[in-house]
Parts: sequence; C-alpha cells; structure tokens
Amino acid sequence: MSFRSAQSGNLVNSGNRGNSVNRGKSPATKTVSWVAVALATGMVLAACGGSDDEPSAAATLDPEADLSQQSLVVSNWAGYMPEDLPKRFTKEFGADVEVAEHATNEEIVAKLTAGGDSGIDVAFVSGQFAQALAEQDLVEPIDETLIPNLENLYPEATELAYDPGNQISVPYAWGTTGLCYREDLTGFAPTSWNDLLNPKPELENKTTMMATERWLMLPAQKALGFSVNTQDEEEMNQVRDQLIDTKPTLLAYDDTTFYERLISGEASLVQAWDGWCNYGIAEDDRIKFVVPEEGSDLWTDTMVVLKTSENKEAAHAFINYILDPKIHTWVVENILYKVPNQAAMEAVDPALIADFPNLGMTPAELLEQEALVDLGEAAPLYTQIATEVTASN
Amino acid sequence: MVNQSVQTARGAVRRRALFERLIYLGPGLTYLFIFLLLPLLLVLSYAFFQRGRFGGIEYEFTLDNFTRAFDPIYIDVLLDSVVIAGITTVLALLLGYPTAYVIAGLPKKWRTIALVLVVLPFWTNFLIRTYAWIVLLNSEGPVNSGLVGIGIVDEPISMLYTKPAVIVGLLYAYLPLMILPLYSSIERLDDEIGEAAANLGAGPVRRFFSITWPLTLPGVITGCIFVFVPSLGNFIVPELLGGGKTVMVGNLIRDQFLKARDWPFGAVLALAVIAFLVLLFVVQAWSSRRLEGSDVGSRVDA
Amino acid sequence: MRRSRWLLIPFWATFVFLYVPILVLVVMSFNASSNPFSWDGFSLEWYGELAGNEDILEGFRNTLVVAVGSTVLATVLGTLLAVGLDKYSRSKALDAFTLAPAIIPDVVLAIGLLAFFTLVQFTLGLHTVLLAHVVFNTAFVTAIVKARLNNVDHSLEEASRDLGATSASTFVRITLPSLAPGIIAGALLAFTLSLDEFVIAFFTNGPSTPTLPITIYSMVRFGVTPEINALATLLILVSFTVVIAAQRMTRLTDSV
Repeated sequence: MSFRSAQSGNLVNSGNRGNSVNRGKSPATKTVSWVAVALATGMVLAACGGSDDEPSAAATLDPEADLSQQSLVVSNWAGYMPEDLPKRFTKEFGADVEVAEHATNEEIVAKLTAGGDSGIDVAFVSGQFAQALAEQDLVEPIDETLIPNLENLYPEATELAYDPGNQISVPYAWGTTGLCYREDLTGFAPTSWNDLLNPKPELENKTTMMATERWLMLPAQKALGFSVNTQDEEEMNQVRDQLIDTKPTLLAYDDTTFYERLISGEASLVQAWDGWCNYGIAEDDRIKFVVPEEGSDLWTDTMVVLKTSENKEAAHAFINYILDPKIHTWVVENILYKVPNQAAMEAVDPALIADFPNLGMTPAELLEQEALVDLGEAAPLYTQIATEVTASN
Repeated sequence: MVNQSVQTARGAVRRRALFERLIYLGPGLTYLFIFLLLPLLLVLSYAFFQRGRFGGIEYEFTLDNFTRAFDPIYIDVLLDSVVIAGITTVLALLLGYPTAYVIAGLPKKWRTIALVLVVLPFWTNFLIRTYAWIVLLNSEGPVNSGLVGIGIVDEPISMLYTKPAVIVGLLYAYLPLMILPLYSSIERLDDEIGEAAANLGAGPVRRFFSITWPLTLPGVITGCIFVFVPSLGNFIVPELLGGGKTVMVGNLIRDQFLKARDWPFGAVLALAVIAFLVLLFVVQAWSSRRLEGSDVGSRVDA
Repeated sequence: MRRSRWLLIPFWATFVFLYVPILVLVVMSFNASSNPFSWDGFSLEWYGELAGNEDILEGFRNTLVVAVGSTVLATVLGTLLAVGLDKYSRSKALDAFTLAPAIIPDVVLAIGLLAFFTLVQFTLGLHTVLLAHVVFNTAFVTAIVKARLNNVDHSLEEASRDLGATSASTFVRITLPSLAPGIIAGALLAFTLSLDEFVIAFFTNGPSTPTLPITIYSMVRFGVTPEINALATLLILVSFTVVIAAQRMTRLTDSV
C-alpha cells in the first residue's frame, strides 16, 4: 500500500466511518461536550450562589436628584393611561419614559417574580397583587416625602385592605365589576349575577365571563353568598360546580374584548369592569352597566416601584405627577375610570358623569363592595379551580 | 522504518482529524449544549421541587407534582389535546395526500408554482392567519352572512369559540407541513411499478393500497409528525379561536408558568408532553427502519 | 401515471382553504370602514396609519435585528455542524439531538430558556431572544445542509485532498460552493422562521423591546383593528417575494 493512499485512506476512514463498533460521539466531541458541561455547571452554580443575595438595602431617596439623568420603564395595561402622559412627564421633568404593556396582572407579576432585574421601574398592578409582591420583598416602600400629592386622595383610599396606609403602593384607579349589556338585545335589564350564570335561553351563546381567576370566581361567589376572598374549600367547590354549569352557555371567556362584542352584537350580556364598560358606552350608548344586587368587588389598580429600579426618584416623581389633580382628571376623562383622587374627581366635568353614570359612584358606594385582597396559601386552589372550570366539557 | 513513518503519519492524520472534528462539531454542539440541553434539563429538574408560596422555587425534593399530574382534570386535558391534534393530523392527511399526489403529477413548471403556493401561507405571520379565521367565522362575519344570505340557515351558526374552530385553526396553520414531505415521498415513486401492476390487472384501489401507500409511508409519517407535534403544544389557537373554552396542554403549561407561577407543576406537564412525543418518535424510527428495507419502488438516485 | 379526476376535489379544496382567509385579509385592508363586517369603499387609510404606528415600526426593527443576527449565527453553526455530522458521525442520537429544537414543542423550549436565563440572572432583552432563536434556527440549517450533503459528490473533495490541498482550503473552495444552495436555503428558512416566531420570543423577551409578532399579539388580543389587515397584506407581500426569490436562487423545491 503506497504511503499516499494510506494517508488519504486514513483521512477518509477516520472517525466512526467504517468502524461499526464505535457508535456515538467521537472522542473529540466527547471532550468538547464535557468541557462545556463543566463550564456551564460552574456558571450555573455560581449564579445559584449569586441569586441568594438580597438586593442591597434601599438607601434613602434623594429629593434633589437630577431627574433628567434618570429614565423610566413603566408597565401598564394597554390604553390605561393617556397616550401623551409619558411625553408630558418627560417634558416637565426630563426623565425619559418608556411604556411596556401587559394584558393581565398575572402576566406582569410573572415577569417581576421571575428573578433578576425585570427592567421595569414602575408597574401598574391590582392591589391584591401589589400585596403579594410586597410579601416577596420586591417592592420599594413608598417615600411619602417625594409624593406630596398623596394628600389629594380620598380618606377612604388611604385605608384599603390590601395596603393600609399606602405603604408599598399608591392607588391609581378603582372601581367595581358588574354586568355590561345591551337592553335592546337582551330584552330586559339584568339585576343579578344569576342573569349571567344561569342565563335565559335567548341569551345562550351571547354572554362572556372573564377568565382571570379572581374575576372568574366573583359572580359565583357573590351569587352563592360567599366572600370574594374566601379560602374555604367547601365553598370554592360549590363555586366551581356553578361555573362548570355556566360554561356551556357562554360564547367565550374574555378579558379584553368584551365590550367590542356588545358593539358588534356578537354578545348581549358580558361581565365587565365599570370603566371598561364605559369604552363600550362611548361607542354605543345603548350599552349600560349595572352592579348586581348580590354585590360585587372593590378592585384598585395601584402603582408600585420595584426594588430593582435604579431610578426610584424619577419613579416617585412619576407617581406624584399622576396624582396632580389636573393630570388625574385628565386620566379620568381619557380612560373613563374612577380615580381615588378627591381633588381630581371633584374637578371632572359633570357632563361626562352624566354620559357615564358609573363614574359618579361615590367612595362610600364603592366601599359597600368587598375589597379584594391577596389569597396567600389559597392561591393554588383558585388556579386549580379555574383550570377545572375552563377545561370542563 | 517505513512502518514508523507510516505510524507518525497516521498520528498526524488522526490529530488533524480530531482538530477538524472540533472545528466542525465543536461550536454547534457547545452552543446546543448550553442553550438547548441545559435549559431543558433545568426545566425538567424543576418538576422535582416545590412551588414557593408566591411562585418561585423552593428546593425541597418532592414527587407531589407528579402525583398531582394524575389528577383527572389534567389527564383529561392531555387526552383532549391528543385527540384534537390527532383529528387535525388526520384531516391534514386526508386533504394533503391527494393534493400532494396531484401536484406530483403536474408538469414541472406547474409543480413549482403549486408548491410555492402551498408554502406561501405558511410564511405569513401565524397570529395574523389565526386572526383571519376569527373574522371569517364570526357570527357577524362573511361565512355566516353568506350562509344566512343564501338561505341555508336562518340564524348565524356559532362556529367560533368551539372545538371545531380550534381544529380548523390548527389545520390551517400546519397543512403545508403535511403536504411538503408527502410530495417529496410521492415524487420519488417509480411510475413503472404502478404501470406494471396495472398491466398485471390490479385496479386503482388495489394499486394504491399495495404499492403507492406503503412506498410513501415514510413521507406520510413525517408529515403526520410535522402536524401533530406543533398542534399538540399550540396554545395560541385554542386561546384565540377557542375563546378560552378549550384548554389544551400548551395552554396548561403556559398558564402554570405565566399565571399560576407554578414552575414545578408546569415542568411536570412539559415532561409529560416530551415523554409522549419521545414515544411517538421511537415508534416512527422503528417503523421507518422496517420500511427502509423494503424501499424497492423508489428511484435509485434518491 | 394518470391521476384520477376525483383527486382534484381535495386538491382544489386545499387551495381554497389555504387562500380564502388571506384574501379576506387583503380585501379588508382596503376597506374604508373599520368594521370588518361591512364594506365602505376603497381606501388606503389603514396603510397610512400603519406607516405612522410607532409600535409596529419598533417591533419590526427589533424583529429584523433578531432575525438577521440569529440567521447569521445559525448559518455558521449549522453549516459547520452539518458537515461535521456528515463526515464524522454515524450517531443517530446525535442527529436527533441537533434536530431536537425543531421537534420539541416550542412552548417547552421557550420555558426552558426562560428558566435558564433566569437562573443565570441574564437580564431579558433582544439579546436573549436572539440567543434563543439561534437554537432552533441552527437545527433547521443543519437539517437542510445535511440533506443537501447527501446529494453532493464527495469524490471532488477527496480529489482535492489527494492533490495536496489543505482541509481548510478544500472546505472553502470545494465544499462550501457545492453546499451553497443548501446553505442559502437554510439561511432563508431560518430568517423567515425567526421573523414570524412568537412563542419563544414571548417568553424570552424583555419588557421594552417587543418583536413584531409580540406587538401583533397584543393588537390581536385587543380585538379587530383594521391596521392589522394592512399589516397582514404587507407581510404577505414580503413573504411572497422572499419565497419567490428563494425559489429562483436555489430551486428550493427541487431539494424537497
């Protein structure tokens, strides 16, 4: 065998080719793989060690901080803030504001609790979620000295169950949940949650309910006379059974487009937040809103500052800016929700309230409803039941 | 002397081969190791730990998540998903096989155009395609308006937010993925075998079942996998077209991670799906190995 | 062999099924009315709105960054991997491993990557989406180039080496050019997949850098907006062009 062909023969036959015994990775790749494993494992272990560290204790915030050196990432629901608000803030204070969107509380909380720095400075979350975030020590305590506009809040808005004294959150908007409907399509004016839960035959396939856990349970909880914060398994089983019975009558579960279905006529009776129903009323004044006679919830959407934020002073300035009566009134007129800001509500144009009656609910009326708080240990129970309901046939 | 130089030459050659292996396989495999294998192992390892009180992980070993997965509601969802994905796959086969067959029989120029047309919808944004069905099937939408207008029905049929709507959505999304492998397999068929069979008196049905179908089976299996797997794990179509009323295993997994913040349980569900799919692939590999031996009818240049 | 006439029924049914929704979208993008259920006359207004929509433009920019970046990386990794697997590995397991991202449900892969990035405390952003996209893009490039390799005549390479060329030189001057159609096809496939990819981007992205599919998802979730139809039509046009170009350049369908 000549030298040359031995050489090329070896080259061609190197490795596993023609060598049926040696299946699997060749030695080189095995070495490479192990090196990679070692590297990656080391990386992982190091990171594991690192992730146990608590974020460094918050230094006192500096009232004289130069805000133009700071920038904010704010996460909110789509359309829940006047579109020009970030730009107006930047114009006045110099700090850039970037808006990120989330569609549900669960989504934003998942991002914030995923660990590490989410990149978000201010998050708009419902009160019970702010409470949960605070229990996980993810939220910066509110420095009242940087938010003088807190004095504009209704007294009732300073003693809300999920955060008495507004220590870790500042309320942005509040309201209740009820039935949003078109009387011309339903043929009657609904007054009870049962109109939704056990609808008349003509309404079948023309109703929607919300799918996010707390609000999915709400109608059944109230119709059965339970608390919206109940942790009793027996009671929740009854809630589940009622909701399973309701499911076949529904058009769909919907958290985001229910008012549009009323406008198009696809649905005639939907579960809706009061402000969201106003969006429908704005486009079609045949739409009406009612709080069922069994009662409902009091929800509050709040603003929280994340501990991981490096722009805490700007974050506080942002919150303070929103609580300014001029701005907060503009919020009401823009997003058609009630705000817990007394100075702002009193400045709202009465004509607007005439058009959207639920804007006229007083704090006293709101407080007749039951405030939502965090469920703590019972949260997985609600999730399980929500799955059992939505997956039922 | 010659032996020694041959040996050092062999050594040098082997070292170079080793080096080459590193260059070719190293970067790709390392990357996949770090960004594919490790993440998967990580997520699957979560299955053995506890959910922290507010989400997150508590590193206490437990098998609770596994026992919980056997709760009837979750088994139901998994079975439901398999059924939905299965029906979608069967429908895709029923539509796709004839289509691929016809395309394979077209003259070359038309074949190319047809294939491009088949592939094109697949390249448009998946969400938008799904959304188009929301518009189409809506009770106020064109299909219903048409049906009512022609007089076939008195009232709009509620087609949206039902299981069939989900199946239609999934079918629409993945049908091209069935047609392409089928076409590939059918195109390789040697017509002569079919003609020989015809000459020997076999009718079209007999020819199909004895010759065409067995020989195109690899393509069929590939196509079925390409449709079944993504259908099984899809959560967007059930959410948008199912109105939240059809929960598939993809939704469950997504919900555990993004809503319930129960990563351990989500990991168990992901494990279940992967296990199921691995099973499918083992079956596919076994069957294709059996078929490889009987590859008589395909042209040699394949 | 003559194809039976009956087969034409499912054949045409397939094409009708595939294209009716697309036609609906295209037609409605020119509908002056924002209500998709009534026709108000021809209008280009939604295209105008689209052009001014900052969110969509930003989404598009981000998507392009991720698509281009991940395609480049994936093409390099995948081509090398394909050649390496073809020459040096008989292991079906290894083949399966490199193809795995293409067959694992994307939600599982997405969650794995999210968990991984979280554990190593990698801040989420476009870079994490890019890294994630490279994973499945590499799988596709590898598969396509490998398929092409099966049809390539290895004797040219052997001849080159017999004549004394170094491996590197052989690779660059012989292997790569013969693989070119496969590499280009793979790159095009990776690019298009990345453009449209939603699930993995959704889980691995940061809050302030949405990609186009993520932006579209928010738009679609909040109901029917007419700009979506205009956007859809444009995307269809883009896809059409890409597929035609790919077909011309590589005779893509020949290697199917």
